[in-house]
Amino acid sequence: MTSAGRLIATDVSVAFQVPRSAPVEALEGFSLSVERGEVVAIIGPNGCGKSTFLRVAAGLLAPQRGSVTLDDRPIVGPDPRVGLVFQEPRLLPWRSVGENITYPLELAGWPHERRDERLAALLDLVGLSESARARPSQLSGGMRQRAAIARALALEPEVLLLDEPFSALDALTRERFNLELLELWERTGTTIVIVTHSIPEAILLADRVVVMTPRPGRVAAIVPILAPRPRSLELLDGAIVSRAAAEIRAHLEPTGEAA
Amino acid sequence: MSRSAVASVAISFAVFVAVWKLIVLVGGYPLFILPPPEVVAERFVRAWADGLMTPHALTTLQEIALGFAVGAGAGLVIGYGLARSALVERLVSPYIVAAQATPILALAPLLALWFGPGLASKVVICALIVFFPIAVSTMVGIRSVDAGLLEMARSFRATRRQVLLTLEIPAALPSILGGMRVGVTLAVVGAIVGEWAGAREGLGLLVNLARGSLFDIPLMFATLVTIALLGIALYLVVVVLERRLVGVR
Repeated sequence: MTSAGRLIATDVSVAFQVPRSAPVEALEGFSLSVERGEVVAIIGPNGCGKSTFLRVAAGLLAPQRGSVTLDDRPIVGPDPRVGLVFQEPRLLPWRSVGENITYPLELAGWPHERRDERLAALLDLVGLSESARARPSQLSGGMRQRAAIARALALEPEVLLLDEPFSALDALTRERFNLELLELWERTGTTIVIVTHSIPEAILLADRVVVMTPRPGRVAAIVPILAPRPRSLELLDGAIVSRAAAEIRAHLEPTGEAA
Repeated sequence: MSRSAVASVAISFAVFVAVWKLIVLVGGYPLFILPPPEVVAERFVRAWADGLMTPHALTTLQEIALGFAVGAGAGLVIGYGLARSALVERLVSPYIVAAQATPILALAPLLALWFGPGLASKVVICALIVFFPIAVSTMVGIRSVDAGLLEMARSFRATRRQVLLTLEIPAALPSILGGMRVGVTLAVVGAIVGEWAGAREGLGLLVNLARGSLFDIPLMFATLVTIALLGIALYLVVVVLERRLVGVR
């Protein structure tokens, strides 16, 4: 259990230099405050800078302007308090699933016994106990992404950032993974920021849905999802959801790319 | 190796020997042009039994081992530099290509003059010839490391050294070992060429002796067989290494 995890982005601007052309502005004055233990979904049209924001929050990208702080300490580089899950699992193919999950612990210099202990807990958390010795290539896409989530949680981060983590999965598997993620959130209490293209996914998971404008990305609206927890798939048929979905869609309207 | 694999190797060898014998019979070649396989086999066994072949083979093997180690070591380091630094590539690659484009056969007499008829000149020639395929395969292997994996490692605060050891080397290993397969057979060529340019001992020297002052053509063929077997054995060492290191993927 973590007791911290308040993530605040203030006026974050990022522009990418393009050779022989004007710089592309990915984010322009993006501000967001995520409370500890909250689940926030970020949704927006393609290229609106959603993933760019996650990279800034994960310390992989320095913004030209503005800052991101976690519990009042600024993020200035890759930070053990932040766990990042990429769109693809990005597992090392020559290592077993278990060795992939403990990779961050190995890099951080944990001794073998402690790594093994932590691995057992992580495998249990994501339901991969049977597959620790398998190679990533022997797993399904969904199981690989579970391993990637376990890896991101290895150092017990206060915030878990997920960049469209389930976009490669089929619709049914995706729903199951959404529920699993909620379960995992209930067990760890980690603050979660998830970037998604899917309105139902955003509504099912999040306490608040942040809708972004097209490039340069900023916050168009924040839609609170007032449904009680624990949530189930039936929620998606209810009236609260259709109202929230309509509101989100209205804010996305100008380009209407997200479905 | 499975039983069927052993059988197919045995059959292909039998066919090779049979064709050889047939050519000698049909062509009616004298012993000093093309000796028949059984004569070469007899000479091969005798040369090893009476201790003629052993010192030459050991000398050549030593030249190959040292030359390969030096050339491969330099190839790995320079190949990594080429992959990771545009400056290194711009400055170094013209010389590497120029050195590779100059036939080693043309350089060998010069190198023999500089480094003498002993071990050093052969090691240098072997190293030169081994260097290129391993430098290129290392460069290609390191460049092909997935940028997503590099970013992942960075997100977990991997140091430069950790990235090299846990990500770049394992990812580039299949490519590097491919370069080593080529390199190890070229190392045999390098040693023989080096010995031709001047040597006191070695299989290349023995080929020359057998053809020239000894005029023992079956011995020359027996030496060629030894060289070929040495090449095959070294190649298999790399293949086994490859199976061990990357076979599990």
